[in-house]
Amino acid sequence: MSDNILEIKNLSKIYHNEKGEMLALKDISFSIKKKEFISIVGPSGCGKSTILTILANILKKSQGEIKFNIENPKIGYMLQEDSLFPWRTVLDNACLGLEIRKEKTEKNKNKVINLLKKYGLGEFINSYPDSLSGGLKQRVALIRTLAINPDILLLDEPFSALDYQTRLSLSDDLKRIIKNENKTAIMVTHDIGEAISMSDKIVIISNRPGIVKKIIKVELKNPGTPTENRKDSNFIKYYDMIWKELDNHV
Amino acid sequence: MFSEEHKNYLKKVKRQNKIVIFFKIFIILAFMSLWEICAKLEIINPFLTSYPSQIILTIFDLFKENNLLLHIWITLYETIISFLLASIIGIIIASILWSSKTIFRILDPYLTVLNSLPKISLGPLIIIWVGAGTNSIIFMALLITVFTTTVNMYNSFITTDPYKIILMKSLGATKMQIFSKLVFRGNIPSLINTLKINISLSLIGVIMGELLISKQGLGYLITYGSQVFNLNLVLTSIFVLGIISYLLYIIIDLLERKIK
Repeated sequence: MSDNILEIKNLSKIYHNEKGEMLALKDISFSIKKKEFISIVGPSGCGKSTILTILANILKKSQGEIKFNIENPKIGYMLQEDSLFPWRTVLDNACLGLEIRKEKTEKNKNKVINLLKKYGLGEFINSYPDSLSGGLKQRVALIRTLAINPDILLLDEPFSALDYQTRLSLSDDLKRIIKNENKTAIMVTHDIGEAISMSDKIVIISNRPGIVKKIIKVELKNPGTPTENRKDSNFIKYYDMIWKELDNHV
Repeated sequence: MFSEEHKNYLKKVKRQNKIVIFFKIFIILAFMSLWEICAKLEIINPFLTSYPSQIILTIFDLFKENNLLLHIWITLYETIISFLLASIIGIIIASILWSSKTIFRILDPYLTVLNSLPKISLGPLIIIWVGAGTNSIIFMALLITVFTTTVNMYNSFITTDPYKIILMKSLGATKMQIFSKLVFRGNIPSLINTLKINISLSLIGVIMGELLISKQGLGYLITYGSQVFNLNLVLTSIFVLGIISYLLYIIIDLLERKIK
């Protein structure tokens, strides 16, 4: 078990407001190994994003255990919105995390510049986000997340705001970048195809309260880029399997 | 170089600009001439309405005999001090309200009352409390401006994109960092707008104060003029005031361009 970088046990979350309380997550348990890519799928409103907000330390859990098997784990959190600051250049946006952590040394800054250059943003380093397409903006957002050198990446529907074409090519990019940089990632999505084509493992969450319905290990015949994986002969098998699991709860 | 169509387009833009400039100048010249002629021909009573050439003459006279520059300076000084104080205090209060929902909920009704209360009604009180002088005029203008600043700035602070705040939190930002790097920085455009409103509100406050109590300033000249029934003096002061408020606006406008 020691090769698990993160273990979640019996995680529960209750939302409160003046009218009452709502059990959003119940007894969520799963674990993730180093360099693994996990997707969490489920119907909208099932609380799958809540898992990430708890892991990112933005919300408090109600019950359960979250155990990182590393000291001072650094977490990178990427959202559907690129949330780039329009008054900052691409480089300054990418360095935001370093700045907040007061780690914006010359060395770290150069690392970010290299990342931007490596992933096709070299000519935009001093541009402002306004002049970038949606796909490029989301790429800057990913590099901003990578800049702090996180141990685990949390991706909350990172492609939802993009058109289909951009979505496919960006998921290839994202997978390649995460693999190159040896990162561990947990992605939340409602797109079954996206989950299968990108992940090693898929956690299916049911609707309210969110409980783990099933955890599927994805084993494709010829694993490749996410776009190639969509054509894999096992792809449709997994698709049907997940579809049926989710269908019960619509 | 350019296509025929583009050349035509540029011509059209130039022509429209010329029309705008022409009418800008035409309106003021036509108004002044009409005013001058009507007063000279006594179609309107020049004693009540004065006329442009006389206003220009009065400005020169005031310079020489009544120290017009001093009056302008007093009004400007009071305006700038109350503008700066109100803007700084208002922004500080708005930041505090932003930082704590609880403080906001407690103070909300008080702010609403203070913001909607016609501050001129406090004039007599202020004169008695602070004394009849520059300080009470500044205080008056400050009261008029500070609540609007607070409410405007608070309202723009809370419209900060919640996803950007989540992003800042996920990067481990403190509340102070969220404020300085995102909330305040992102609201500089609305800050400039608030400053534009503030400069005219401060001027309104100062003139109101001067009308009530002062011994110097353009507001004083207006009161004095009306008391001795010298409407020429009143109109001249208003004319100078118009120029001053326009210049102040332009200064903020330049500041805005510099920031952009």
